[in-house]
Amino acid sequence: MVRTEGSVTLDGRRIDGLATEDIVRKGVAHVPEGRGTFANLTVEENLRLGAYTRRDNAEVQADFERVYSYFPRLKERRGQQAGTLSGGEQQMLSISRALMLRPQLLLLDEPSFGLSPIVVLEIFTIMQRINESDRITILLVEQNASMALDLADSAYLLESGRVVLGGSSNEMKKDDTVRRVYLGY
Amino acid sequence: MDAFLHQALSGLATGSIYASLALALVMIYQATHLVNFSQGEMAMFSTYIAWFLIQVGCPYWVAFLGTIAVSFVLGGAIQHIIIGRFQDASILSVVVVFVGLLAIFNSLAGWLFSYSIKAFPSPFPKEMGNTYMSAHELGAIGVMLAVLSLLVVFFRYTPLGLAMRAAAQNPTSSRLVGIRVDWMLALGWGLAGAIGSVAGMMIAPVVFLDPNMMSGVLLYAFAAALLGGIDNPVGAVLGGLLVGVLENLLGAYVIGNELKLTVALAIIVGVLVVRPAGLLGSIHVSRV
Repeated sequence: MVRTEGSVTLDGRRIDGLATEDIVRKGVAHVPEGRGTFANLTVEENLRLGAYTRRDNAEVQADFERVYSYFPRLKERRGQQAGTLSGGEQQMLSISRALMLRPQLLLLDEPSFGLSPIVVLEIFTIMQRINESDRITILLVEQNASMALDLADSAYLLESGRVVLGGSSNEMKKDDTVRRVYLGY
Repeated sequence: MDAFLHQALSGLATGSIYASLALALVMIYQATHLVNFSQGEMAMFSTYIAWFLIQVGCPYWVAFLGTIAVSFVLGGAIQHIIIGRFQDASILSVVVVFVGLLAIFNSLAGWLFSYSIKAFPSPFPKEMGNTYMSAHELGAIGVMLAVLSLLVVFFRYTPLGLAMRAAAQNPTSSRLVGIRVDWMLALGWGLAGAIGSVAGMMIAPVVFLDPNMMSGVLLYAFAAALLGGIDNPVGAVLGGLLVGVLENLLGAYVIGNELKLTVALAIIVGVLVVRPAGLLGSIHVSRV
């Protein structure tokens, strides 16, 4: 058993101990490592499921267009089974599905994992737009330190599950240890 | 030729009943990837409920709809109260639970309603029949096609149907989009209970109502679901019709009535050897 302590709060209210689906209904979207798309459903069905808890149909329709504009390749493949997409496209789908919830908070677990640098760059560019123009808070867990620090406002360095360093991204970039160990210069 | 046509068409009629029960099997398979061995006995028990409602004076169609509703709730309750507790158990444990349910429903029906054979009415007026098919045969086919159409529309075009398919496929991701997976499973069982009750009420006028009336039918329904593809409602119906016609024709012209049930077993083994996904079952492709 992993020992757990402390609490998790969202807008000042505790959410630890709630069922996953109830946390989702509070506006927290999670893009899991390994993407977790519905492999046998089409791209469009995956996105529709992202908006499953919403009842504002007109707005949902607008959000479809919005995510398709972020990732035009998903629009081209809207009728295709998600399992047949490439790794990068699946990651785009996974992020788009999370956006269809219109979350307050978007959790991203290693979105660059296993992807080519060019796809990673594309995804991080979109994430910046999501954060800045859609004003969605993003909690990002990422091994690619330089990309993560460029995107983030503030950052924490975890070592074996313990926070060893924290602060604004700019400060973190200047820190000697971070520079040598994680940024490599 | 006339006799042949008659055999084929009446095969289609029994096939439509196998198809209905196969649809019920597909519902639970889609939701949980398990084959419910107690499906036949659940359907039989539902038919007794219909019989009871008719005995106390309900008009047929009121009893029909009432039974569907009760069976829906009963199916959902079985999942919620019993099967749900075994979600982390091994498949074998669940199979044992299914067999237990089978025995319970069988004995419960015998205890409550006695083991003596009862007649069960057909709601279709005699004038509906023609030289080749009786009114009840035609009616059973119609009812089955109606059930199938409703299901196809439900799964393909409604958000709830999509959520059910999602929950069956990937429960973890389903929770991440806010789907209450337990409810979806209960819904799948409820639908199976409801569809099974329709199959029971359609077969009872043919084989008469008794606690063991479903044992043979369930075997044919297994064969039908496997032949059509256990994850595909349209396939299950196609499989049901094929099995019904094959069974009737082989029984009449080739192997005789005593060996009919062997047809079902031969189909089950044959499909598993040659094409395990069935005729319309999906063979999943994925890229990693």
